Formats: sequence, structure tokens, C-alpha cells
Amino acid sequence: MKFMLMMQGTRKNWESMYEWAPAEIKAHIEFMKGFARELAQAGELVLAEGLDLPTNAKIVTGKGGPPVITDGPFAESKEFLAGFWIVDVPTPERAIEIAGAASAAPGPGGKPLGIPIEIRQVMSGPPDIP
Amino acid sequence: MTEEAAAPAIRDLLRDAVPRVLSAVTRRCGDFAAAEDAVQEALLAAHVEWPKSGTPANASGWLYRVACRRVADLLNSEVARRRREQAAAGARATETEPPLADDEVEAMAGDETLLLLFMCCHPTLTPPSAIALTLRAVSGLTTAEIASAFLVPEATMAQRISRAKQTISESGVRFAPPDAAERSKRLDLVLHVLYLMFNEGYVSTSDLRLVRVELSSEAIRLVRVLHRLEPEHPEVAGLLALLLLTDARRPARTGPDGEMIPLHEQDRALWDRAAIEEGTALLMAAFARGAVGSYQLQAAIAALHDEAPSVAATDWPQILALYGLLASMSDNPMVALNRVVAAAMVHGPTTGLERLRTLEADPRLARHHRIAAVRAHLLEMSGDFAAAITAYRAAAAATASLAERHYLVTKAATLEQRRAAT
Repeated sequence: MKFMLMMQGTRKNWESMYEWAPAEIKAHIEFMKGFARELAQAGELVLAEGLDLPTNAKIVTGKGGPPVITDGPFAESKEFLAGFWIVDVPTPERAIEIAGAASAAPGPGGKPLGIPIEIRQVMSGPPDIP
Repeated sequence: MTEEAAAPAIRDLLRDAVPRVLSAVTRRCGDFAAAEDAVQEALLAAHVEWPKSGTPANASGWLYRVACRRVADLLNSEVARRRREQAAAGARATETEPPLADDEVEAMAGDETLLLLFMCCHPTLTPPSAIALTLRAVSGLTTAEIASAFLVPEATMAQRISRAKQTISESGVRFAPPDAAERSKRLDLVLHVLYLMFNEGYVSTSDLRLVRVELSSEAIRLVRVLHRLEPEHPEVAGLLALLLLTDARRPARTGPDGEMIPLHEQDRALWDRAAIEEGTALLMAAFARGAVGSYQLQAAIAALHDEAPSVAATDWPQILALYGLLASMSDNPMVALNRVVAAAMVHGPTTGLERLRTLEADPRLARHHRIAAVRAHLLEMSGDFAAAITAYRAAAAATASLAERHYLVTKAATLEQRRAAT
């Protein structure tokens, strides 16, 4: 079963990184890279991507005719998708385990950040066996 | 064994044979799209058969025969479909020329490769489509390999390639050399597509790919082939030199974890001296022919960097002059930006910052992260750490490259630490 693990961020969280020491930033980046590599080696990773910051985001609506574009910046407290993993795992418990590990990525002083990770199952096609 | 894991010897053999085979099959059936599909299937068959039964003595002949059988099947089913649909009578003949003997295919000249490049780098195609089609039709890569190089699903890549071929056939272009007036324009386009293919490989930073085709090396290989076919063309030589001189720094431009290392922090001992020598020699020979173009100028700038023992010992006045020439040839905002950096290295950061302000008025650059990154760098050079930190952070928030974001964020944090220490 596939799950999408969505890492939430806020502008405040991004800016709090300004206080980190270079070594702490390095440790965080290394953790994230190693994490994705391990998932890939375990045969569980489908896709992992980090996203552009919402400062560059646009919200688009179309009702026929030219699309209506709302440019950022959006409210500082607004939560946004910072990045995501899609994993293919045997059980929902395993997806939770993976999300828990990602959430505990190191921050200042090497302490776990506790980043909120939203888990959603990727819907499948029609069931094989009725 | 998956097809991506084919032995390198087989892959080399296929790369060499595919352009000849595809040209021969296209000439025989008169349908580039069908021939290209058939050759792809012959290639997949080779990936399965050859490791088991051994490589045939005449690889091109083997591929040609398999592809011809396949193209006959394809066209016959096409004819049948048309009959069923009662479409226009007189469907295309399935065979316009008698089959070639194995050694005739083997002996086909390199002009066929050039013809295929003209076909694949067609003006009606978007660059990503042209690159994908070139990799399949000229480089002899499988759809799966191309998909993995672009990090897209195989079905997406298959569709992109088949749409590209459809666009080409709708344009009514024939599989024949362009006339003299058109030729030079089309050659420029081929160079541009190969340049973009190299860049695609150079900037992609995914470290999750376990098997991947090196787009940059393949682009260099194709430009080499082109240079062999067009040895007198100074811009073909210029592009080959540029790619070699840029690729020479590859071992130094990323750290063990894929982190970005900019030019001024690279360990120059890691640069590939052989590639630098080859690129420089090519460039000198091209310059001697007299028709200076933008690839040669970019190569000359790359050569000056490559020959310098350090950033400080770089011939910046010469680089500044070359950027001036480049800027007079094209209205490229990135050239203008690099010219500012060179001006700062020659005349100091204050001059650089002044010139940067005029560039900021250019709407193509106004929100570009490179403006902020250059400003940050110049402010750091001038000793204004506080303003540099703000600019590094602005650049980090604006870049679409994760590796660059990491670099810029770390840079800001390092300056913050230095500022706190003073």
C-alpha cells in the first residue's frame, strides 16, 4: 500500500533556521539525505521531493477564460507543504514508523524537531477481488 | 537482469550501430516514426538476446534484420487498420527500397548520423522532446533509460517520444539533408539541443537514482561525433571545448553527499587535466579559423578559469573582456550578471554592486535568485556581513535548486557565526 507523507512547514519555521549554526544545518541536511537513501535501499521509496518556498507560490483558479492567479506571499502562520515522500509499504504501521523517523530530524543542538508529518493513503484502483 | 544493467560493451556497440541501422530502416520503409519504433524494439531484443547468445559478429546487420521484420509487421497492421476504417485507398507502400546486406549497413557513413540529428532536433519540437528523441534515435538508449535520466515514469517518456515523432511527421519534413540555406540554422539548433542535454545532466542533483544514464557524458559523446563530421565548423569545436572544459570540474563541484561546491571553493587538484588540455587545444584551433561565436567565447572563459591556480590568480580582466564580447552578441541576462561578477573581481565589489543595481531594473532578472546570490557575494566581499546575510537568505528562499538552497542557507549561517565572533 502506498502512502504520501507530507512535511508541513510555516514561514516561521523556515525563518527559525536562521538561528542555527552551520554544523546544525549540515547535520539536518545529512539526516534528510540519508533518510531518503535508506528508504530507497529498503525498496520502500516511490518518490521524494522538496518544494520551492511558498514565497514563490501562486494560487490559480479557472472558470473558463483566462485563469485567475493569486500571488503570494501568504500569511506567515499559514501552513504549507515543504516536501513529501511517497512510500510503498506492507502496512500502515510501517508508514507511521517512517513518518515518525522523518519527524525526528535533528534541529538546534541535535534535538529532534518534531516536524508535523501528515500521512495520507494513496488511493488504489478498483479492488481485484470483489 | 534489467535492460538498464546491460553490459557497457553491449551498450557501446548499440550506440555505435543505432544511427546507421535507423537510417537504413527509414530509407527502406520511408516512415521515420515506424522505423524508429522498430529499431527500439530491435534494441530491446538485443538487450535480451546478446547477453545469452553472445554478441553477433555484425551487430548492425543483426539489428537491421530484426528491425526490418518488425517494421513490416507494424506497417502491415497499419494498412490493415486503415482498410478496416475504409480510409483513403492506396496506403503507403511498405517497402520503397530493396533490403541492404549486412555489410552495407555496417559501411554506412556518418552523414546518416547528422541527418538523424537534424531530424530529432527539429524546430517544431520543445527542447525536452528533442533531447529525448535524440537519446533514443541517435544514442540508442531504451525508453526506460531515458525516463530514468529525466526522473519521469517510463510511460510518460514513451508518450513524449511518440508525440515528438508525430509532430515531426505532421510538419511534413522529409528524411533528407536540409538545403544549404536551412542547413546552418538547423546545425545551430542541433548544437543548442546538445548544449541543453549537457546542462540537464549537469544540474540534476538527485542522489536517489541507482542506475542512471549520464546525460552530460552522452551530450559530449554526441558533440564529438558531430565534430568528427563537421571538423571545420568553429562553433561545433567551440561547443565541444565548452563542454569538456566545464565537465572537467565535475569531480570538484559536489561534495560526497551531493552538496554544491561553488567555483571559488573547489579543490582544483581534482579537475580533470586531460579534459582541460583537450578542450583548450580544440578552442585554439577553432579560434584560428576566425569565426568567433558564443560557444567559443564561453569556452574561452571556462578555459581561463580552468588554467588558473586559484580565484585570486585568475585572469579576470580577460574574462571581463570576453563577457563584454558575449554581451554584444546576445541579450542574455545571465551573461550580463556574470559580467557584473567579473567587473567586481577586476574593479572591486563597490563597482560590482553599482552595476548590479542597473541590472535589477531588468524584469527578466528582478525576481531571479541569482541576483540576490550575486549581491550577497559582493556584499560579503565588501565586508558588509549584515547585508550579505540578508541577501544570502533571500537567495536561499528564491532558488529552485535544493542543493543551492542548502549552500546559501549554510553560507548565511557561517557569516552569522563570523559576525558574532567579531
